[in-house]
Amino acid sequence: MTVPTTAAGSIAARRTALAKVGARLLSREAGVAATLILVVVFTTLQNPNFVFSPDGYRDLLLTPSILMLVAVGQAFVIITRNVDLSVGSIVGITAYLTGRLFIDIPGIPVLAVFLAGAIVGGALGLINGALVAVARVPALVITLGTLYIYRGLNVAWVGSDRINASDLPREFRSLGTEQILSIPVLTLVAVMVLIAAAWYLRNTRGGREFYAIGSDPDAADLYGLKVNRRIITAFVMSGALSGLAGVMFAARYGTVSSQAGTGWELQAIGAAVIGGVAISGGVGTVWGAAIGAFLLLTINRALPVIGIQDFWQRAVVGALIIGAIVLDRVLAVRQARKLRELRDTNND
Amino acid sequence: MFGRHTGRGGRLFGAAALTMAAGLVLAGCANGDSGGDNGAAPDPGAGGDSNFAITFLPKSLGNPYFDTSNAGGAEAIAEFGGTFQEVGPTEASPTSQVSFIQTAAQQGVDALVVSANDPAAICDALDEARSVDVKVVTFDSDTNPECRDLFINQAEAEGIARVQVEMIAEQIGGEGQIAILSAAANATNQNAWIELMQEELAANWPDIELVDVVYGDDDDQTSFDRTAALLQTYPELRGIVSPTTVGIAAAARYIQTSQFQGQVAVTGLGTPNQMREYVEDGTVTAFALWNPADLGYLAAYAAKALVEGTITGAEGDTFDAGRLGSYTVGANGTVLLGDPFVFNADNIADFNF
Amino acid sequence: MTELRTVSGPRRTMVPHGRPLWRRAVLTREGAVIGMLAVVIVVALTTVPNFDSPLTITFLLRDVAPILLIALPMTLIIITEEIDLSVASVVALSSVTVGILTRDGAPFELAMVAGVLVGAVAGTINGFLVTVVGLPSLAVTIGSLAMFRGISVGLLGTQAVTDFPEEWTSLARSNIPGTPIPSIMIAFVILAIIFGVVLHATPFGRSLYAIGLNKEAAHFSGVNVGRTKFILFVASGTVSGFAGVYFTLLYGNARGENATGMELAVIAAVLLGGVSIFGGRGALHGVIAGVLLIGTIGSALRLAGVTADIINVITGVVLVLSVVSASFLAWFHRARATARARGEKQG
Repeated sequence: MTVPTTAAGSIAARRTALAKVGARLLSREAGVAATLILVVVFTTLQNPNFVFSPDGYRDLLLTPSILMLVAVGQAFVIITRNVDLSVGSIVGITAYLTGRLFIDIPGIPVLAVFLAGAIVGGALGLINGALVAVARVPALVITLGTLYIYRGLNVAWVGSDRINASDLPREFRSLGTEQILSIPVLTLVAVMVLIAAAWYLRNTRGGREFYAIGSDPDAADLYGLKVNRRIITAFVMSGALSGLAGVMFAARYGTVSSQAGTGWELQAIGAAVIGGVAISGGVGTVWGAAIGAFLLLTINRALPVIGIQDFWQRAVVGALIIGAIVLDRVLAVRQARKLRELRDTNND
Repeated sequence: MFGRHTGRGGRLFGAAALTMAAGLVLAGCANGDSGGDNGAAPDPGAGGDSNFAITFLPKSLGNPYFDTSNAGGAEAIAEFGGTFQEVGPTEASPTSQVSFIQTAAQQGVDALVVSANDPAAICDALDEARSVDVKVVTFDSDTNPECRDLFINQAEAEGIARVQVEMIAEQIGGEGQIAILSAAANATNQNAWIELMQEELAANWPDIELVDVVYGDDDDQTSFDRTAALLQTYPELRGIVSPTTVGIAAAARYIQTSQFQGQVAVTGLGTPNQMREYVEDGTVTAFALWNPADLGYLAAYAAKALVEGTITGAEGDTFDAGRLGSYTVGANGTVLLGDPFVFNADNIADFNF
Repeated sequence: MTELRTVSGPRRTMVPHGRPLWRRAVLTREGAVIGMLAVVIVVALTTVPNFDSPLTITFLLRDVAPILLIALPMTLIIITEEIDLSVASVVALSSVTVGILTRDGAPFELAMVAGVLVGAVAGTINGFLVTVVGLPSLAVTIGSLAMFRGISVGLLGTQAVTDFPEEWTSLARSNIPGTPIPSIMIAFVILAIIFGVVLHATPFGRSLYAIGLNKEAAHFSGVNVGRTKFILFVASGTVSGFAGVYFTLLYGNARGENATGMELAVIAAVLLGGVSIFGGRGALHGVIAGVLLIGTIGSALRLAGVTADIINVITGVVLVLSVVSASFLAWFHRARATARARGEKQG
């Protein structure tokens, strides 16, 4: 690559280099999507029912949609260089809340229940965010504590009771299986939320500040960004989305016990990391997290069809996470080197 | 290196200690304010015959089957004047049962009534409990005979296996592929029944092929997802047998909203209340069970007899079991409740559990 | 802010530390935790029936032993501002290794050694990824948590191996003759002494604090940061492997799902014990007290008939309160120091 010496030439070179770097980042999501398509194609070749039966197709789209919401919320938090371990417990609480609302308030409109789930989840997320932002305690520790607390409260509330499918009104449960234009309703809802989230992160000032805070919290603070407010917002979003996922969980599975949502925090973090949201913050998109969620759960489905016992799914997920992190590191090192080169050539 | 905080540490100490102490005192006084029936801590040492302290430890809490059996046990204990306590883990794993066994031993209860998640894993803990004079009665799912005093069996394992095989064979017309959706992989009772089912199939139903056994861990969501996976992996599947009430409910629920309703038969062991909806809309034709309340009731009376010294668990011992009449201990310290009962659309309205 | 003034000579001379030794020793985070432990024990002894039996000590220490063991290297790791979330999965991996080898007929001693070695290998993988590849330990150990757990579950499926030689399982459950203290505590005490000496009395231990406080400064002072951290991760894996062998014998079963969630209990106890998540401070006696505190609270509540979920809520609240209060205290100190400094400049 020749080194341009004129000012216009160096600007052009900078744009090209940055565009290349940008393209590489974009290709991360494309890479994950390509992997997903490969997995689906390969599995369908083994067993066409994987995609080409009504149930197979529906399950392929439906089950990951619920995790996708949680992963999107997690992406918000991870981009600000935090982590939210309590999402699984939030899903559990709102799933049970859904059942309780239907049982205790007969005739309550379904939309109200969705709102209630989001609001309760958001409130729980607010507690997380306030503790992290105001008390300046690492999110890992706070959400570790709230994971215990929320789950414990959930189990105490539920006792040995459970919500049975027969407790939920028909029209709510049918949301779990109904389709519009052959796409499951819940998937449509999840995708709409995804689009809104992506738009917020990319096109609003608040969203872009998430990236700034995640890249360098001290610089963001010095620059005058309202770091606390953004962090609290991120956690509230994570909580609200998890709450929404809890309501959808009740619609899909019908039965809710005190263990609903257990372990989902790890799946959500894994999905986000695989989808390109670097754990060190400042990088990644919610599209990546969403595709990551789909990839994880599709692998879960696909393994038994290929003939591998599906207990190996978690090992595959773990290897993918590590692979994704290593890839992130390689890309980051390369990007830093490129930017250094650019700075050095421009300083000549 | 040893900390730079000065006098504030003292204030932290005071406040935190106060909170901790307050919390413990409250918890100690409230003594079981959440979930289940907790009796006052019973007298330690050998139980007299005036106050039988019996703790029920099912495979897990939150399982309607065990809620019913616990209720039966509570009914019996109320009848003969004892204290009833129910404890259990939130997930059906053997390791999690151990800490409850230890706590029961520490509390010095008179008897422990257990449904085991694994035949060998909790044996050491049970032996420890027995060494401090706690009588151990297993029910529903046994452990190795040497670590318990009595086993209350709901029905002969052969009978349970046979009735399920006969139901599925009838429902799929005697030929085709079937799969089994079980509970936890190590559960003693399910594994015994599955083995006998395989023998029965091999002996009497050559045209039925058992393609897979999957484990739902007695967790609803897991069982639900396993059913979906089964149907996808084996497109020729004609029937699913689930010898666990959680599994059959989840499988029926999945199939009810899938394209396979009416084409893939679902049967196994289920409770009438959970299965009513599916029997009424035809997803499930017939299923079997016994009365878990009677099982818990009988187990409680057996425990009482052991504590009193009326029986020792030897073959031939007889004891009185309230409204169920008199029972005799069989071989290997086993007491048999009765036979499995088949529920279908004709009789399901008569039951409420 | 303030006007610049020329200053001649130091404004004040250093005042020698006036705090007596007992205050320095007791009024610290560690002292607070040990104090809380004492209070909890006293309250439990007086209010909870059956708490005052020797069985309590036996059951408590036996159950909490794996957490005690793993908390030792975890303390060192957190002091260097890293973290190891994969410890529970390593316990499971070791447990599964022991189970499979035993099931397939290998002599049990070999299986035990293999379990510990598997832990060491797992720690090496973690250490390699953190120090050589340069990845953040949080991300790496989240990934290895999933991967090791997945391998454990994959190897055994949903089966469990439950047939172990009687003499070893009874040894694991046995007490030191004549006392209610479990025999595993001997191993723990030895390890605690080793880790304690290393941490508090060797240059290696001091370098850990240096790394936690300022990695670059430590590096430029001649500390081999990478090698140090690598050693710590291998140690963590090895101890987790040992804890896995013990866990298998104690509960008599090897399952892929063993010890799920244990990493959270370890970290909660370590943080409760006064180790700062930001690295650079902490001591072993606080951590040991932290583990015992959580264990005692759990044991007392269980005996009192309180259900497990409330115990978890209390654990979570205690964890959150302890770190929030530490953070609050630090802020309070800073604010006071700033106010004092500002006051003097204007005075």
